[in-house]
Formats: sequence, structure tokens, C-alpha cells
Amino acid sequence: MEKTSRRKERLDRGVKVRSDTVYAVSSWKEMLFLLAPRGILIIGLLCAPLLVPNLYWQRVICILGVYALLAIGFDFLANFVGLVSLGGALFIGVGGYISGALNHYFGLPPFLTIPIGSIGGAFICTLILLPTLPLRGVYFAIVSFTLPLVADRTICATNVLGGTDGIPGLSMLANTWVNQYSILGMVLLSLFGLRRIVNEDIGVVFRGVKDNDQAIRASGLSVIYYKAVAVFIAALMGCFGGAFLAHLYGWVGVSLLSMDFSVFPLVATVVGGPVTLAGPLLGCIILVPISEMLRAFGELRIVIYSLILVFFVLFWSEGVLNWARRKYEQFEHWVEV
Amino acid sequence: MGEILLQVRNVSKSFGGVRAVNNVSFDLHRGEILGIIGPNGSGKTTLLNLITGFVSKDSGKVVFKDKDITRWPAHKIANAGLVRTFQLARPYATLPAFKNLIPPLFSPRSKRSAMGKLGDRDAVAIDLLEDVGFERDAHVPYKLAGSLPLGYLKRLEFARCLAMKPEVICCDEVFSGLSMAEIASMLPLIERLKSDNITLIMIEHRLRELFQVADRILVMNFGEKIAEGDPREVIKDKNVRRAYLGEEVKL
Repeated sequence: MEKTSRRKERLDRGVKVRSDTVYAVSSWKEMLFLLAPRGILIIGLLCAPLLVPNLYWQRVICILGVYALLAIGFDFLANFVGLVSLGGALFIGVGGYISGALNHYFGLPPFLTIPIGSIGGAFICTLILLPTLPLRGVYFAIVSFTLPLVADRTICATNVLGGTDGIPGLSMLANTWVNQYSILGMVLLSLFGLRRIVNEDIGVVFRGVKDNDQAIRASGLSVIYYKAVAVFIAALMGCFGGAFLAHLYGWVGVSLLSMDFSVFPLVATVVGGPVTLAGPLLGCIILVPISEMLRAFGELRIVIYSLILVFFVLFWSEGVLNWARRKYEQFEHWVEV
Repeated sequence: MGEILLQVRNVSKSFGGVRAVNNVSFDLHRGEILGIIGPNGSGKTTLLNLITGFVSKDSGKVVFKDKDITRWPAHKIANAGLVRTFQLARPYATLPAFKNLIPPLFSPRSKRSAMGKLGDRDAVAIDLLEDVGFERDAHVPYKLAGSLPLGYLKRLEFARCLAMKPEVICCDEVFSGLSMAEIASMLPLIERLKSDNITLIMIEHRLRELFQVADRILVMNFGEKIAEGDPREVIKDKNVRRAYLGEEVKL
């Protein structure tokens, strides 16, 4: 008895092969093949503020942008440098409190406090995390996850920086359009900037740190230094998000240090598709609106996040974007074996 | 013999109660090949780790080109021109083979020696791979390093060292796991490094091949140096025979 079985065969589309190897693309069709996914993302994001029905959803877009910055930074650190960072809340908190304090105590306007909060905050976060950089794997994750909780308790207990009440009455940005486009612009800049960085020589060093840090040392490069640079980049994005939130709400408080900012980027990355940088953004676009619609469930939301996470980890670990990319770039058909 | 390049003085290291390296001293002269042999667990690799800064020393002193490098971190020692290969080849598995050479080409030492005008590092990397014998199969440099066979990985380790334009290469068992044919094809590479005036420390279990290339041999047992000198002399040494080779060996 001869047994026949069928399996799926996958072949790269011709246009994909040509645009991969022959760098110059020769027709408008091939140009379109390359540009369409990027174009749809950019135009879609830029049009989103015009398409949503009301102020409430415009606010959601701003939140989405902040989460996207954290998620892209998470994907970069975890999958390109090998540092699983759950320090999203730390970045948001430090960036937010710095710009909030500068605005409240020194009266600086937002167009100064946001850059200072981002860059200064990124320096501070990098310095705080510096002693933990020799740690590998789960240990770095634990420390980065714990630090915002420590900061939260410290602020509440010592009553500095407004204590449990936070610092209210901060200046707001000019209007809702400035809000949305500044955060969306930052998201696009970070996404395409990071995609460029990981393919440059320094990006190869980052990926080397992930694959094999001993060989990086043997190559005359300091592992700690490059980890610190990577953390700085991710912290810069996160602190910008925090500083932005401070002036979006006109208020900073311990809720900027909440666990959501640490956990959500992880879920968004798993759902959207890891190791793509654009995937986490897609994950945010899918999850943030869902999460808004689930607002009625209150604290139960975290359970629903968890269920989504478990589903993706178990049944769809490549994530949405990696799946979509495969469909876009390859034929599939059944062959007899 | 050339000038003294590396001085190792009374270096010791203990792991818990085990004295892995005990009071080892030797000199390394420019342009020579020093072989280090000894039974398994005699401390050869640990000695190399101590010299290259991958493991911290308990005591002793290492001087490289008149600079005390005893407490330097590993990457600083590599930048000074003292590089190493790993016993188990350590490629960046998710990168193509030639991209594995980007980190050493990105090091401060490479940038300095190229006067800041290195140009396209990818092209330099592919040239280097050809140098160590990747040319036979034109698509091999573009394969993922994780998918390469062991012979290529060992060559890749050499290429990673050469990318640093080193003065001393410490080779940790480059022949282990290779077939006789592969070793035979590696020997000319070693000879060429020597003619380029690169100094080599070779830890090796393949004595026949090592004795073809080595100028001097250092023998270790239980973390201590038990003999040092010309390969033919060392082989005759009674202690060496008892500790390592046995009484009956004929080379």
C-alpha cells in the first residue's frame, strides 16, 4: 500500500525575489509591491485622526501612539539586543515626571519640557538600568519590572512630586491636532529610524550582543556599552511618550508608573509579530481599540489581555504581521508527497 | 627569537576548591608559535581565559607589549591586539557568515588601523572570508552562520580574529572535531599567519599536527606547568611522558 499525503509548498513570488536580490526595481508594479505596505501604514496613520468620529477616539489615537512607542522599543530591545525589558512604566514615569515638574516648578512651556523630558529622562533611565545590564535574560526583565513599582511606592510614601495626588494643572498642547500629529509623527520616525539602525553596522553589533555576547567581547567591543546605547534609544522613545502624556492630560501622577505600560508592549509585540518592529505597532492598532471597547469590564480587562496573549503564544506565535507578510510574499499550494 | 611580546607571571586561578591554574609563568616571543598541551582538565583553556581577560585572575601578572594588562577587561585586551578563538565556535547564528565579521571591523582597533576610512565593511568582510578559505563555494559567505558546517565555523573564528589585525592570536583547539582532510587544509593557513608575523598560542590535543607547526611547547598538568621547550626535547621529558603521553608512545 502506498501512502499519499499532501503538504503545503511555499514559493516566493517572483516580484519578491527580484526586489530582494536585484536592488533596483524595474517596473511600477514592482515599485508598488515594495511601497504598498509601507504606504498604507503611513497614509493610514496620518489619516486616522481625520476619520475617527469624535474627540474621545482622537484621545484614543494619542494613547495608541504612546503604547506603540513602548511596543516598538520593547521589540527592539528584546529581539534585536536580547534585553527583555519590562520597564515601559519606568520610561513613561521618568519622562512624565521630569517634564511635569519642569512645567510646574519652573514654568517651562511644553515645547521645551517634552524634549528635555525625553532626552534627560532617557539618560536617567539608562543610568538607573546600568548596574543591571550585565544581567541576562529573565533577570533584567525582573529588575526593570520592579523599578517603577519602587518609584510608585517611594513617591506615595515620601510625598515628593505631589505624592499620591500628583502634579495637576500643567500646560496643555495647542490643540487636539497638534497632540495627535506630534505623537503619530514620532511613532513613524521611531519605526523607520529603528528599521534603519538594525540594518546598519551598529545594528549588526546589537544583534551580535543578542546572539553571542562573548564573541562581541572577543571582537574588542564592550557589551555593556552597546546594551546601554540600545537602552538609551528605547528609553528615549518611552520618555517622549511619558512627557507627551503629561501634557496631554495636563497632570502627572503615580498612574504613569502603572503596570499597564510595562505589560501592554509585550502583548502588542506577541500579537503583532515579533522581530519586525512594525508588528508591535500593528499589535497596538489591534489591541488599543479593543481595550477601549472593553472599558466596561473594568479590571477584568487584564484577564482578557491575558487570554489574548495565551491564545497567540499557543496557537499563532508568529503574530499577525509575520503571517500577513508570508501571505503577501509567497504562493502557497498543495503538493502530493 | 624576536622580542618578548607577552609575559605571564605566576598566574593563578581557583574555582571553589579546585586550583585550575597554579602559578604558571611563561614568555611569548614575537613571531613564534607556542603550543600548549596537557590532559583534559589540566587548565589550558582557563589559562587562555585568564590571559585574554575573559576570567579574572586570583593572582599573578600579565604584561603585553610593556603594558600591564592584568586587570584589563576582555574587550580592551582584544583592542590592544591580543585576540582569541573559542573552543566551541561561537558564531552569530542568525546573521549571514560575512555579517559575523562586522563587529570586529566595527571595533575601535579596526577603526584606528584603517585611519577612519574603512569604507564598506561588508566588502572587507567578504575579502577576509576569502582569505581564510571561503572562496571555493561562492554562496557560502551569504549563508546563515548557524547553518555552516564545523570546518567553516573554525575558519570563521580565524577570520573574526584576523579582522582585528591582531598581533597575537590565542587558538583554543582549532583542530578539534575536524577531519584529517580539513586539518590538512587548515595547516597552510597557520603557516601563512606565521609568515605574516602573527604570533600564535595554540592549545591542541592533536599532537602530530601541532608538532609540525609549533616552535615551542608548554606542557600543563593539574593546573601547573610541568615542562617547556623545543617540541622534540619536551617529548623526551620523563614527567611529560608519565603525565600525559604514557610510556609507550612513539611519534
